[in-house]
This record gives sequence, C-alpha cells and structure tokens, in this order.
Amino acid sequence: MEFAIQTVANAWVATFLYAVLAVGLALIFGVMRTANFAHGEFFMVGAYVVWLLYSRSDWPFPVAVVAAMGIVTGIGMITELGVFRTLRGNVVAGLIASLGLVFILQVTVGRIWGLGLAKPVAPFFPGSLEILGANVGWQRFSIIPAGLTMLGILWLFLNRFKMGQALRATAQDPEAAALMGISINRMALLAMGISAAFAGVAGALMSSVYPVEPYMGHAVILMAFIIVIVGGTGSLIGAFVAAIMFGFIHTVVTTVFDSTVAIIIACVTMAIILAVRPKGLLGREKV
Amino acid sequence: MRKYKISPAHASLIALVAFLCVLPFQLGGYALSITTLLLINIIIVVSFRLITTIGGWNLAHYPLVGVGAYFSALMAINFGWPFWATVPLAGFVAAIIGFGFSYPLVRMTGFAFFITSYAIGEALRLSWVKLVYPFGGPTGISRIPRPSPWSFPGLPTIDFSHFIPYYFIVLVVMLVCLFIMQRIDRSRLGNTFKAIYLQEPLADSVGIDVTQYKTQAYVIGAFFAGIAGALLAHFLRAIDPSLFGLETTTYLLIWAVLGGTHTFGGPIIGVGIFTAMEEGLRPLAAWRPLVYGFILIAVLLFLPGGLEDLPGKVSTWVKKLRSWIRR
Repeated sequence: MEFAIQTVANAWVATFLYAVLAVGLALIFGVMRTANFAHGEFFMVGAYVVWLLYSRSDWPFPVAVVAAMGIVTGIGMITELGVFRTLRGNVVAGLIASLGLVFILQVTVGRIWGLGLAKPVAPFFPGSLEILGANVGWQRFSIIPAGLTMLGILWLFLNRFKMGQALRATAQDPEAAALMGISINRMALLAMGISAAFAGVAGALMSSVYPVEPYMGHAVILMAFIIVIVGGTGSLIGAFVAAIMFGFIHTVVTTVFDSTVAIIIACVTMAIILAVRPKGLLGREKV
Repeated sequence: MRKYKISPAHASLIALVAFLCVLPFQLGGYALSITTLLLINIIIVVSFRLITTIGGWNLAHYPLVGVGAYFSALMAINFGWPFWATVPLAGFVAAIIGFGFSYPLVRMTGFAFFITSYAIGEALRLSWVKLVYPFGGPTGISRIPRPSPWSFPGLPTIDFSHFIPYYFIVLVVMLVCLFIMQRIDRSRLGNTFKAIYLQEPLADSVGIDVTQYKTQAYVIGAFFAGIAGALLAHFLRAIDPSLFGLETTTYLLIWAVLGGTHTFGGPIIGVGIFTAMEEGLRPLAAWRPLVYGFILIAVLLFLPGGLEDLPGKVSTWVKKLRSWIRR
C-alpha cells in the first residue's frame, strides 16, 4: 500500500515535470513548426544557473530560480532571432539546427565548468512530505505547484489576453493570422520565450533532484518529445494528457524494473499508439 | 558498329577508383584506418540519403547500422560463421528490423517521422545496453574476428587481418553498394520515391501506393546500413552501444546537410570534406563538437542546399559580379 502511494506520488512529480517541458515544446511547434532538440539543454542551463548562483555564490534560492528563468528565456530568444527565424516552417532544417545548438550548449558548459562528477546542489526545501506513509521530498514536490501555476498562467494568457489569442491564431493558421495584422515574428519570439522560460524553471527546481551535468538534458528530452507526439503535435491539452500517461508509465516501470527499461517501454507504447492513431491522442491534423 | 565512347564522367570515375586502389600503399596505418572508416561511412550516408528521397530523415539509421554490426559479430563469435556469409546476412537482418520500424514510420511525415525514428532507434539501442546476454551490455562485444585468410595453391596467402587487404574488401563492397544504390536512384523506383516526396497527395491520386513505396525505400536503406554495420564491426573488432547513439547520428546528419541530399554525390562530398575537417581540427580536441554545431547552423542558414549547391551559387555570383562590372 505504502509502495503504491509512493509510486503514485512520484508519478505526479514526473507528470508535472514532463508537462512543463512538453507544453513548451508543443507551443513552439504549433507557432513555428520547429521542433527544438535543444530544449533539454535549456533545462540543463537552468539547473546550472541555480548551481552557480545558489550553491556557489550563496544567493537566495528564489532569486536563483528567477535568474535561471531570465537567462534561459534570453538564450531561447537569441536562438529564435539568430537561427529559428530563418528556418521557420522548414521542420527538418529547424530540427537539425537545434541539434547543432545541443552540441554548442553542451560543449560550452562542459568546457567551462568541467565534466566528471555531477555538481552538488543542496535542496532548498528540506525534509519531505508524508502522505499515508509515503515520502516525497519537498524539493521534488515543488514542481507540482510550480507546474500548476505556470500552466494555469499560460492557459489564462492564451484564452483571456489578446496577445495570447493572437498566439493561438498563429498556431492555427500563420498565413491567416498574418493577414489579420498579427506579427508572426513577434509571436514566434513570444512562444520561444515562454517555452524556454518553462524549461529554465523546470531545470532550476529539479537541480537538486537530477544530477547536474552537461548531458542531463538527454534524460528528459526524449520523454518530452514522445509526449508531444503522442499528445498530437501542437495540441497543448493533448501534451498534458500524454504527460500524465507517460509520467505514470515511466515511474511505474522505473520502480519495478529500471529507467532504461522505462524508456524502452515508453518508446514501444508510442510506436503502438501512433501505428493505431497517427494523429496522436488529441491531434487534429496528420503531422 | 557503334563506337563506344568514354564520357568525361566515366573517365573521372575510373581515375578515382584507380586512385583508391593505389592509395593504401602510400598511406600509413593511421591514415589508412581513417580512409577505411570513410569508405564505410560513405555506404552509411548514401543509404541514409536513399531514405531521405521519400522525405524522411531517419534518426534510427545508426541503430540499424548497429543491428548489422551486432548480428555479424555475434554470429562470428558464437557460431564461427564466416565473414563472407555474415556480411550479406547482416544486411537482410537489418532489412527485416527496418521493415518492422517502417510500419509506424511510413505513416507519418516530417517532425513525427524524425522523433519517432529517434525514439524507436533509441529503444533498440537501449535494449543492447540492457541485455548483457547476448549483447554484452554497456561494454559491448570485443574480440570480433577479421575474415579468415584466403589461400589458393600456388598463390600467396591473403591475410585479411592486415589493414590493406581489409581496405580492399571494404572498397569492393562499397563500390558494389554504391552501384546498386545509384541504379535504384536512377530507376523508375527511385523516381517514384522522389515523386512521393515532392507531391505525396498527387502521387497517391495517380495510383502510386505511397505506403508501399515508402516501406520499400526504408527497407532498402536499412539493408545497406546493415552491410555497412557488419563491415564496421569486423574493422573495429570491438563494438558497444554508444557507437550507435544520438551523437553519431548527429554526425551523420552533418555529413548529409553539409553535402546536400538532392544529388547522389552530395552526401559523399559531405562525408569526405567532414572527415578531412575532423582530422584538421584534431588539435581542438574536446572543443570540436562546438565547431561542428556552428558549421551545421551556418550551412543551414547560408547554404541550405549543402555543398552540392555551391557551384551553382558561385556561378550566379560570378554572373552578377560580371554584369555589375560591365555596368
């Protein structure tokens, strides 16, 4: 019983981590038709900023998280301006360019702060939450309220604000949106900023949970991509539903076997779902 | 009687092959091993390009190379099968696995094809990491034998454990593979692949079975990937799962992007130039991926067609320059 509750609690933590990352990916795919492999590296940079500021320079943790968000948002916007803007609409070129970005970010971080042992980050929220005998560290748990807040704000922004509605319009039909006077360039920059900010915050909050090293992005990017595709590309709600599904699959299989088997099972599940339903769970169009 | 004329293209091809036949005797051990690897990589990148002609950039290509490598290595070590049998069989095994992969893949395009192929390939690769028996787990397989020596009465024995004889095996296999793939590229089949890439709904409406043809392209590409894998395994003599991961795949993408994928020769130029560049940048050591990242992005931004587009671009620049001077 304890074991089951523990697994369910862990699964919700994984769900919100994946949801935050996958919703960001789905957002930029919807607006820019660009799939960003460097999203995992944005996550990694977020964790590094917290390590640098909080663990090394003794800044307060919330300030470090905000700084991580700001820096990663900046990197995201610079890549949009410098790389993705020219390649927008060309899915293959955008993806390959983002693989180039993966190399650049990994090598820069790895060369400056060194490879080898993972950087230690002490949890800011000590202790753990006890639910019916199960233990979830507060630091791990923090991704759930943070994720809920971020996704809630995004939902409000997309539905209640004029700019958010413009963003949705661009995702539905860029040409028609441009004809209505919406600046596609500005929308792409906005989408990339939001997406990078989400990845930065996720990395910052998870810095004491995941080992902080240059290749930590690999661990999450594959799952995030699987979730985006299974949810139906460009569908934010689909991404969230798929995040719950794969959060549970990954956690349960990791608990019973190990994380390598979990990724294998997740990939096979994805292949089966897509063979039956190529649009993904909630996708409108075939991608 | 029709006189047989040798076209300049054929003449240069014959000269190139002659050059490749003389080359190993002039090179040292290290340079020779780099050249042999280059020839194997050419098979890999050309078979990769064959799949791109249907519009799919197959991130599971290196895992398929791995299928060939693991199959050939395991058969040679555990059952003592000869090299000459395992290399073609490795192609067939990779083709069968590729057929399985193709079922979900050919039903999607662009982004989904990319990510799904990455995920399926990664699942396969991780199963090699996971299963210590028979794949050796993370450390992989070592002590893979070289082909057994050939001896004919009255002739000197050819010992394939040396670099030069093995180079010639690779050269011959590469030439045969390239010949077949070039024929496919020029045939009705190859043109159908390109028609599907250019206008899938139109191709579908004129009665081309799109799914069927896409599957064929994928399976053919997987076959040659498997053969290249087998050659690689017996050349390196030790393989492990990390050889077939995302990093190697990214290099494959750099070769294809650098050279361009519209012509048959483009990727070959790409892999050749990249190999030369890699040797030239050796002093940079661990900074090299950073340079590659910048090169990749620069090519995509400024020369989207790859190096194969360069002559055309240069000639338009020259024309513009001339008309500007005359003005």
